[in-house]
Amino acid sequence: MELDPVLLSRIQFALNISFHILFPTITIGLAYFIIYFRVRYTLTRDPHWDFIYTFWVKVFALTFALGVVTGIVMSFQFGTNWPGFMEQAGNIAGPLLGYEVLTAFFLEASFLGIMLFGKSRVSNRLHLISTIVVALGTTLSAFWILSLNSWMQTPTGYTYDGDAMIVESWLAVIFNPSFPYRFAHMMVACLLTASFLVAGVSAWRTLRKVDGPATARVMRTAVIAAALLIPVQIFLGDLHGLNTLKHQPAKVAAIEAVWETERGAALTLFGFPDETARTTHAAIKVPKLGSLILTHEWDGELKGLNEFIGEHPPVAPVFWSFRIMVGVGMLMLLISWLAVWQYWRRGALGLNTLRALFAMTFSGWVAVLAGWYVTEIGRQPWIVSGLIKTADVVADHPAGTVLTTLVAYSVIYTFLLISYIGALFYMSSKPAQSLLHMHNYGLPGRHPEDQAFSKQPIGGQ
Amino acid sequence: MDQFLPLIFVAVMGLSLLLYVILDGYDLGVGLLLPFASDAEKDVMIASIGPFWDANETWIVMGVGVLLIAFPSAHGIILTKLYLPATIMLFGLILRGVAFDFRVKAGDDKKVMWNRFFFLGSLVASMAQGWMLGSYITGLTGSFINTLFAVLIAVCLPALYCVLGATWLLIKTEGALFEKAVGWARTSVLPMALGLFLVSIATPLVSSVIAERWFQLPNFIGLLPIPVTSLIAMVVLVVLLKRDLTALRELNPMYLFACPVVVCLMAALGLAYSIFPDIIIGQMTIWEAASHPSALKFTLVGVLIALPCIVLYTIFIYKVFSGKASELRYD
Repeated sequence: MELDPVLLSRIQFALNISFHILFPTITIGLAYFIIYFRVRYTLTRDPHWDFIYTFWVKVFALTFALGVVTGIVMSFQFGTNWPGFMEQAGNIAGPLLGYEVLTAFFLEASFLGIMLFGKSRVSNRLHLISTIVVALGTTLSAFWILSLNSWMQTPTGYTYDGDAMIVESWLAVIFNPSFPYRFAHMMVACLLTASFLVAGVSAWRTLRKVDGPATARVMRTAVIAAALLIPVQIFLGDLHGLNTLKHQPAKVAAIEAVWETERGAALTLFGFPDETARTTHAAIKVPKLGSLILTHEWDGELKGLNEFIGEHPPVAPVFWSFRIMVGVGMLMLLISWLAVWQYWRRGALGLNTLRALFAMTFSGWVAVLAGWYVTEIGRQPWIVSGLIKTADVVADHPAGTVLTTLVAYSVIYTFLLISYIGALFYMSSKPAQSLLHMHNYGLPGRHPEDQAFSKQPIGGQ
Repeated sequence: MDQFLPLIFVAVMGLSLLLYVILDGYDLGVGLLLPFASDAEKDVMIASIGPFWDANETWIVMGVGVLLIAFPSAHGIILTKLYLPATIMLFGLILRGVAFDFRVKAGDDKKVMWNRFFFLGSLVASMAQGWMLGSYITGLTGSFINTLFAVLIAVCLPALYCVLGATWLLIKTEGALFEKAVGWARTSVLPMALGLFLVSIATPLVSSVIAERWFQLPNFIGLLPIPVTSLIAMVVLVVLLKRDLTALRELNPMYLFACPVVVCLMAALGLAYSIFPDIIIGQMTIWEAASHPSALKFTLVGVLIALPCIVLYTIFIYKVFSGKASELRYD
């Protein structure tokens, strides 16, 4: 079989970015939970909140480290694998990535030191501020990268002579038409991913009977956050969909597998899109609903794939990814509302709910990855919508070289993912009592109250 | 104004990469020295770089980022040619970056494995960086003699990092580990000096462009302070390290750390002179590779505001975590 270096490069890039995105998704969301834990501790001086904070900061640190190292890979991949993209769109992509480094990377990397190891070296107020600064850094990072990604989806504010792009208006580039929706959708996705991670780990601690009062508290926080956030996410997703319909109708046509332009289109719940036959096999359809959801009108017109022959994305992966994302979202809605209802009616979660929450520990990852596949595969064959094709900008490495590095990346990433999940549950399986003595380094120290806390038994009442 | 923009950016890039070599250099060095310490000492050594390594590593992202932003066509060529060493370096950085966290979180039985990964990652990353530097200086041609030269630098760079790491440990440690660090510094200073010497001789031999720039008479005399200062810094380091332990304990360890830093600074100046005004030696100048002025101006605003802030809070972080690392302990 002839190996195609372009395809291999694309697989490698997809692998790198898929693996990378797992970790910022958690750190961006978890950062805000950690601020909440810290604020609760600052207000109440209740050692349980301090314990919760300390535990989740460790998870944060581990996740952050994986995000950093895989992020460095991403920063090199632009040059090693997509030099043509940088030559043509470098005047836009370069500065946006540069602002990410300047405003976000250094900020989070520097203040993370204080957040992790500085509790006893700075005042409580400064430590709280550092925690907030780290969250701000992670959010800024998302801001710039999503601005660039959105610009690649809906480019505005430039002139292009077929050779290189020159910026006309930076405001129009940064705040391009799809950016607000994508940024809001992603931020809530991060918070939801963190909610289910926190809930899942807490459920596991409860099931393993290594929990204490702290676990119950953090569980309640996580499920309430999830229950409140998921309707917001559905609302934002709907707005994002309307925006995509306006600017990238080919993507929406692929998501819904609409083969021919029609009015009052049905919604395909399930089926097997077949691009050669240009039909969806075994389709289960709800009449008119497709038009209603996408255009908010019963008889709204949906452009079909027939209008974009040769320039629309592969249908099946986009169609399926979208349904996985929505399906996981529905599960999240169901389980978080059930949990809140149980708290309200019985004051505690049932065994099956705990099991379900544990099973959904990484549900956020599934939804986020599926959502990104919709976005990124949905943009194909373009790397910048309507302007630059992906196949034209790839580096011409020999297929063997790319295959070798691809295999090496796959091995390392698989090993890291197993180690990450292993370490997470290893840390989580420690009884609350012994966890207190598992601080990293440098925590006991100059503040007498910290000394007192470390000697106080917590969690095993 | 527009023709100065590439100059400003090449300076920012050079500064970022120099800061990277010094800052990540010492923590890579600590990683390289890890196998020679006892288990308890390993914890202290890692604690000594704990709050800093992440920000240190960001400087290479910044350096490569500026290359990408300001000189995109050069970025494409350089990173395409350096695909293999860059990828291998990334594997090294991945391993050490995660080992740092996993070694204390994945359970005691796995700590030995993660310590080894920390060392291995540091070694792989430093050698790959030497390889990249060597290929870059020789104009990315990949001929046999140039590859040999790249291998030479790949072998020498870890020695420089070891000196940086050992002298850093003199600042951050006390007791038995301090004594060990003195020994490590003494041992690694010679290979470092030898490496620098060989590289200084080999560079003009493999690169005629560099030879021309150095060995013209007025230039040669004007440039003499660069190798001379470097030599003095190395001699000072050797002389200081020869003192007995009591004298070394009383000495401000900053002086010892400053010696390899001066060497790095001089090497950077020499390198900058050798290459300038090219961005790829003999192929492309910084003006030919530069982005459109509008992109550069927009980024410059960010650089002018953010860079001073970064420097200020970096100093602040180093102040917060100043003092001996053995004060940091598990609880």
